[in-house]
Amino acid sequence: MSWAWFHRFGSPPWIYGFSRRWAPWFGGLAALGILVALYGGFVLAPADYQQKDAFRIVYVHAPSAMLSLAIYTTMAVAAAVGLIWRIKVAHAAAAACAPVGAWFTVVTLGTGMLWGKPMWGTYWAWDPRLTSELVLLFLYFGYMGLRAAIEDPQKADKASAVLAVVGVVNVPIIRFSVDWWNSLHQPATRLLGKADMDWTMTWPLLLMFLAFTLYFGAVMLVRLRAELLRRERNASWVREVLRG
Amino acid sequence: MDEFLAMSGYAEYVWPSLALAVGALLLNVWLARRAVALAERDARRRQEMTP
Repeated sequence: MSWAWFHRFGSPPWIYGFSRRWAPWFGGLAALGILVALYGGFVLAPADYQQKDAFRIVYVHAPSAMLSLAIYTTMAVAAAVGLIWRIKVAHAAAAACAPVGAWFTVVTLGTGMLWGKPMWGTYWAWDPRLTSELVLLFLYFGYMGLRAAIEDPQKADKASAVLAVVGVVNVPIIRFSVDWWNSLHQPATRLLGKADMDWTMTWPLLLMFLAFTLYFGAVMLVRLRAELLRRERNASWVREVLRG
Repeated sequence: MDEFLAMSGYAEYVWPSLALAVGALLLNVWLARRAVALAERDARRRQEMTP
């Protein structure tokens, strides 16, 4: 089997063209998915028998939380690929992930606090799940801060990649914190198979997971274009792109 | 409609959550597009300076 197709992912002009072609599709499907999931979750789904309508916060909280972890993992993998194989596009991809991941972490913490107040009686507790998610936000800030603080792009790539890779240890800590320690936060909800929720409540949540993932794909691809333009601004392919 | 907006007494928590999420989604789209526009402007300026 030929691996020639794989090498295209290391080519800035190819990735730039790929991003320009696919970002609108990802974005359009994401917008459609989010609207349908919001209608399903906020209008069609029945109220929870214990939490009443407060449970509807799950439709924005859980997908944001999943993305905050998935984006950090993606960023760490891209940073590791850039570090090991010295692929510039991989470093650019890692840098494009960080601000989007940080925003999803902010939404996770904010919506979690708004859900926590009526359910736990407090906006915040130094609970393992909440604290480790806050550490994740600081890791994103640290990654972006380090990149901004180092002028030489290659040194910035290397230093920030090391931080991203080391910081990935926090991802399983967040994921399993509710199992390893006593936590105010509930354990993971089963959504498929022997599900904990009725299907009328589950399908909008599953759709929102998918739509948020597509949204991340779209925004990350747009940010990747900006990263590539910044890094390759003197290249001949950029001249052609700007002319076209 | 009033019943829907009241969210069984949890409106002050549910609607701000939705607003925060939707606001962040829209803001991220705007920030990403602005980043591309700024990078394009900078690259154009650079290329105009080089012969």
